[in-house]
Amino acid sequence: MSNVRKGYIRPVDFKHGRVDMTHGSGGRAMAQLIEELFLAAFDNDWLRAANDQACFAVQSGRMVMATDSHVVSPLFFPGGDIGCLSVHGTVNDVAMSGAKPLYLSASFILEEGFPLADLKRIVESMAHAAREAGVPIVTGDTKVVEQGKGDGVFITTTGVGVVPDGVNISGDRARPGDTILVSGTLGDHGVAIMAQRESLGFETTIQSDTAALHDLVARMVEAVPDIHALRDPTRGGLATTLNEIARQSGVGMMLREEAIPVRQEVEAACEFLGLDPLYVANEGKLICICAPEQANRLLETMRAHPLGANAAIIGAVHEDPHHFVQMETAFGGKRIVDWLTGEQLPRIC
Amino acid sequence: MKYIDEFRDGKTARVIAAAIAAETRADRRYHIMEFCGGHTHAISRYGLSDLLPDNIRLIHGPGCPVCVLPIGRIDNAIDLALNRGVILATYGDCLRVPASGGLSLLKAKARGADVRMVYSSADALKLAQDNPEREVVFFAIGFETTTPPTAVALLQAEKLGLKNFTVFCNHVLTPSAIANILESPEVRLHGTVPLDAFIGPAHVSTVIGSQPYEHFAEEYEKPVVIAGFEPLDVMQAILMLVRQLNEGRAEVENEFSRAVTREGNVKAQQLVAEVFELRKSFEWRGLNEVPYSALRIKAKYAAFDAERRFGIEYKSVADNKACECGAILRGLKRPQDCKLFGTVCTPENPMGSCMVSSEGACAAHYTYGRYKDATAPSPRPSPREGGERERKADPLSPLAGRGLG
Repeated sequence: MSNVRKGYIRPVDFKHGRVDMTHGSGGRAMAQLIEELFLAAFDNDWLRAANDQACFAVQSGRMVMATDSHVVSPLFFPGGDIGCLSVHGTVNDVAMSGAKPLYLSASFILEEGFPLADLKRIVESMAHAAREAGVPIVTGDTKVVEQGKGDGVFITTTGVGVVPDGVNISGDRARPGDTILVSGTLGDHGVAIMAQRESLGFETTIQSDTAALHDLVARMVEAVPDIHALRDPTRGGLATTLNEIARQSGVGMMLREEAIPVRQEVEAACEFLGLDPLYVANEGKLICICAPEQANRLLETMRAHPLGANAAIIGAVHEDPHHFVQMETAFGGKRIVDWLTGEQLPRIC
Repeated sequence: MKYIDEFRDGKTARVIAAAIAAETRADRRYHIMEFCGGHTHAISRYGLSDLLPDNIRLIHGPGCPVCVLPIGRIDNAIDLALNRGVILATYGDCLRVPASGGLSLLKAKARGADVRMVYSSADALKLAQDNPEREVVFFAIGFETTTPPTAVALLQAEKLGLKNFTVFCNHVLTPSAIANILESPEVRLHGTVPLDAFIGPAHVSTVIGSQPYEHFAEEYEKPVVIAGFEPLDVMQAILMLVRQLNEGRAEVENEFSRAVTREGNVKAQQLVAEVFELRKSFEWRGLNEVPYSALRIKAKYAAFDAERRFGIEYKSVADNKACECGAILRGLKRPQDCKLFGTVCTPENPMGSCMVSSEGACAAHYTYGRYKDATAPSPRPSPREGGERERKADPLSPLAGRGLG
């Protein structure tokens, strides 16, 4: 980042200005945007050092790293926006290993013509989310593509974290007999996005559940260090995430429909839109698989946390060479809860 | 969700299941066809066959609008979108239906065709208003339920003086399809498809009423019970059909009386009659050419008819030889009897149309029921319940439907 003398620079017009090709050209306009927007919002020692990379001391133990690109449409939705979502998404991916997330990077692809006012709103929302999570954004990049070649803004974030000793959480550790828990109501994010899409004219009060889950995870790991698997059911929802774990671990699962928490508004909206809440995305929920004797302890820990107030035990793991995820319906029948086929919702995260 | 949950209540389901079990006669079998894909979906999704005695067989009928759409018609739509520069608007289910040359509307979209998914005909109309410089074609499919909204959109377009909106009409008629099944040699002569009774359509009947089915009950002596799409509706309808069959009656009964009358929705019928007329014949996937089974746009509204504006020529295309969709749609075979099922043909890569829509018999069985085909040892569902074998032996056990806790 260059040290431009403020006196000779006309400040960026965040009110009426728009992104243009010079903002990605590596010249003065780009330096100015970085300084007045990204540095001002994310403000920390690493960014102020103005290097092309962030340098930090490495802790002993195991590190984890995760990356996530965000292309959600619309960019602003009830309960959040692409900015906070891009922080929460990666913080959660790191946290699902039981790790404490330490640092984030952020990479922006901006479309020529995108209003700077919207960009500012997004960046400030990111900064707020990062500060709230206590995970600084220490390095980043900005590129601009010509009009029509992007969709406003795409954000890729990468995170690193450190796993506490004695914690070994992985999608291949679900064992027959294990209990399956979920941290709260399902489908809120996907339905909030769907309701916002202009073509539907569908009004609801449903808010996205986007949230950073690492604090909840820290409490859970503290209570029960030997959690077998954790995962946030984002795209594809609960159904797809459980199928991933069943395949990784080589097991089957049996869920109990009546136990799965779904908000009544979400259920009604899904009914109306022809969606199944089990396949709708979440951005602030996690699935936890643990030994049956630990389940109640974990449930209590989750319920004591604001992000796990509606936690529930929803099923169990069993042996099954076919790795089917099945469900006892509220009706008394049985069925498969299969992988998501096709796409339920366009661009939800 | 009030008014819906009541029709999904597990306790009531077990009461009805007990009544069905008590009233079915051990010395006979009951072959019941649910015509509609909506019923097929409910049966699979809620696992209803687990609640029924073994001698009741549910046969999935052809009432899935996407499944019966012939390949040639989708080829026509793809041609419009890919080669004629139109915005093609259609319902989401249509997008993945496999057509000729390995294409589907979704794949055509990836090759640059402007294909838009809409939730209603009104959305398609709005596309035409918002894009006055483009031709917008609404690829209209479906049974009597989706036909009135198409008529409304067309009449609206006329009122608004829209010059860039046309409808590619593929609307089909339920009673003609039922008659075709009943007249088919398999049912009428050979008896290879035993068919004792029908669960009548839910949404279709809200439009056409219950009266059109009276002919089937009288002429073919097949009882019909019109039922809603909720699982309890289906259970109740099965009980009513079992009673009719036991008593030797063949009547039209209406389980879905909260929405269906004998006359149906007269206003909707008038709208349809204003805009559409019968086609002499129309090809159905699985049923071949069925006389007077579909609608076309009247000459009076030719300006809004995509077939006329674009000179669409229909060419029949045969299904993949190994695909059993035809036999499955006629109730001759079950999805798992098809060699392609679950191997070459999956929901991700459907070969046949029954695998495309969630209402299709193959997709429903693949998505919800294929664990039954697995030869694996039965899983232990939960600490408080026995395995599947135990369940099957006593579907009405007080533990059925309960498990983890």
